Amino acid sequence: MAYISEKTHPNPSAAELRARIPGWGADLDPVNRPSFPRERRDLDSGAHWDYPEEQPRDPSREKSIEHLQLTPVYGTAQPLKGFSGAIRRFAYERFSEARAAHWLLLILGDRVDAIEEHLRSFATLRPDNPITQTGVLSEFRRHPIKSRFGSKRADVKHMWLDPILVAGPWVLAGYVVYRVFRGKKG
Amino acid sequence: MVYRGPYKVRVEEKDIPRIEHPNDAIVRVTKAAICGSDLHLYHGLMTDLRIGHTFGHEFIGIVHEVGSSVQNLKVGDRVMVPFNIYCGSCFFCARGLWSNCHNVNANATAVGGIYGYSHTTGGFDGGQADYVRVPFADVGPAIIPDWLDEEDALLMTDALSTGYFGAQLGDIVEGDTVVVLGAGPVGLYAAKSAWLMGAGRVIVVDHLDYRLEKAATFAHAETINFAEVDDLIVLLKKETDGLGADVVIEAVGAEADGNLLQHITGSKLKLQGGSPIALNWAIDGVRKGGTVSILGAYGPIFSAIKFGDAVNKGLTLRMNQAPVKRQWPRLLEHIKAGYLKPSDIVTHRIPLEHIAEGYHMFSSKLDGCIKTIVLPSAA
Ligand SMILES: NC(=O)c1ccc[n+]([C@@H]2O[C@H](COP(=O)([O-])OP(=O)(O)OC[C@H]3O[C@@H](n4cnc5c(N)ncnc54)[C@H](O)[C@@H]3O)[C@@H](O)[C@H]2O)c1
Ligand SMILES: [Zn+2]
Ligand SMILES: [Zn+2]
Repeated sequence: MAYISEKTHPNPSAAELRARIPGWGADLDPVNRPSFPRERRDLDSGAHWDYPEEQPRDPSREKSIEHLQLTPVYGTAQPLKGFSGAIRRFAYERFSEARAAHWLLLILGDRVDAIEEHLRSFATLRPDNPITQTGVLSEFRRHPIKSRFGSKRADVKHMWLDPILVAGPWVLAGYVVYRVFRGKKG
Repeated sequence: MVYRGPYKVRVEEKDIPRIEHPNDAIVRVTKAAICGSDLHLYHGLMTDLRIGHTFGHEFIGIVHEVGSSVQNLKVGDRVMVPFNIYCGSCFFCARGLWSNCHNVNANATAVGGIYGYSHTTGGFDGGQADYVRVPFADVGPAIIPDWLDEEDALLMTDALSTGYFGAQLGDIVEGDTVVVLGAGPVGLYAAKSAWLMGAGRVIVVDHLDYRLEKAATFAHAETINFAEVDDLIVLLKKETDGLGADVVIEAVGAEADGNLLQHITGSKLKLQGGSPIALNWAIDGVRKGGTVSILGAYGPIFSAIKFGDAVNKGLTLRMNQAPVKRQWPRLLEHIKAGYLKPSDIVTHRIPLEHIAEGYHMFSSKLDGCIKTIVLPSAA
């Protein structure tokens, strides 16, 4: 009990646990724990350089202003483009990671990117399809009722939100297009 | 696969990645997995996540091409690749902080490099694909030992190593009562690992009965379904002589359920860096002077954490992205000794073409899904 100096109901003994659980206590000694101590200078990482060779420098590559230089290696997937790219670049060039504005602008960039790319996809042979891309068609094969209602699950309480969050913007956009179109005709 | 916006993914043709640095390798993926962390991406919770990004930080494969300075790998080698991208030599890597490299992520100094995990972790495409660019091929990847099952190797690239690392962060001493929040792959492995460190009692908390059953069978744990109890913390106190647990391991992260308001503001409306419910339960459920090990991932903006109580209780909060490869030598010993069989928790194996279904099923926790393995078309 908390009110006296020892636990009133001690846990099972080491001998009991060792008999019941394979490997019990194998790492009891911290020396056997690979992340102990947290910082170590004696590990061989495989690096055969002190500072690695640099990937070809791309002066347009965005970077955190907390970095003193562009990192020797950087990702080249999905370079900045469009209006979302401008928003993101501004977030990187103007605000450090310590500033909420940095992250809120990046979140805004994500939403703008999604709109730009959905629109762009309609000009291609593979327009975005919210039905197939959300995988909801698989519901019927995956026991939608039994999975959700057989037992108590906390997420069932807000399940109704998902279709609204996913389909809502599409319905809204459809409605706007419809109004604009009707407005032009009338 | 590529991301097309929150809750939307599809398969697209992309060019095979090129060698961009002398120590790069290109790996042809033979198996990949979907991680709980991918759900944070899928739900649009990670920042600077660009349309067209390919997810996937758990993968194994065959070396397809190597850059001019690569010494430790050759074309044709079967490799497992840790989810961390790291240089092995910067200030942080030199001290073993392999998940906190400073030389690979131009976009953020607070975060290391991770495959397929947005531009906030460096802007590298991931391994839920046929081919992937693997930077610092002499540092991250390792050749898969012949005796090791391929699915076990795949699970070592993140989930298993992370759970094992999380148990270490708990600084468990013999006889400790350990509570694990979350019975996903990471929580299950953390619970199992807690015994290796000498825990005296392990209790796993979730709201999905099918996962709690796995916690009982796979991880020999006691279980609590928090949706069935009125106040989880009161129950935990009753279970522990009024003390609270010696160690709580938080293996839930940004989508935590259990409080509608926090879930909706944190996880759905993105007004916080994620829903802090599980983290707050960890703070409330651990004993004074206890240790909270945090594995759950959160976005970079603020979350409503109960910091006052953490201070008042004198807690030790420990956390990090797992430095995966540091765990491998010891984990291989445990697997060889039969203490761990990682692939026991795999529930689904799907072709890459069915990726949208795979994400929906894992996100909505349908069909008893715990861990899904993705098989690329070229595999
Ligand atoms: N630190 C790292 O290196 C690292 C690596 C991998 C994964 N992660 C993180 O670990 C977390 C778990 O990953 P996973 O693959 O097991 O994901 P998962 O989504 O399969 O598991 C999360 C589990 O938590 C349960 N849960 C939800 N709310 C809860 C609550 N309030 N209390 C208790 N349980 C609750 C869910 O029902 C689910 O079973 C994720 O946040 C992931 O991003 C961290
Ligand atoms: Zn992961
Ligand atoms: Zn480094």
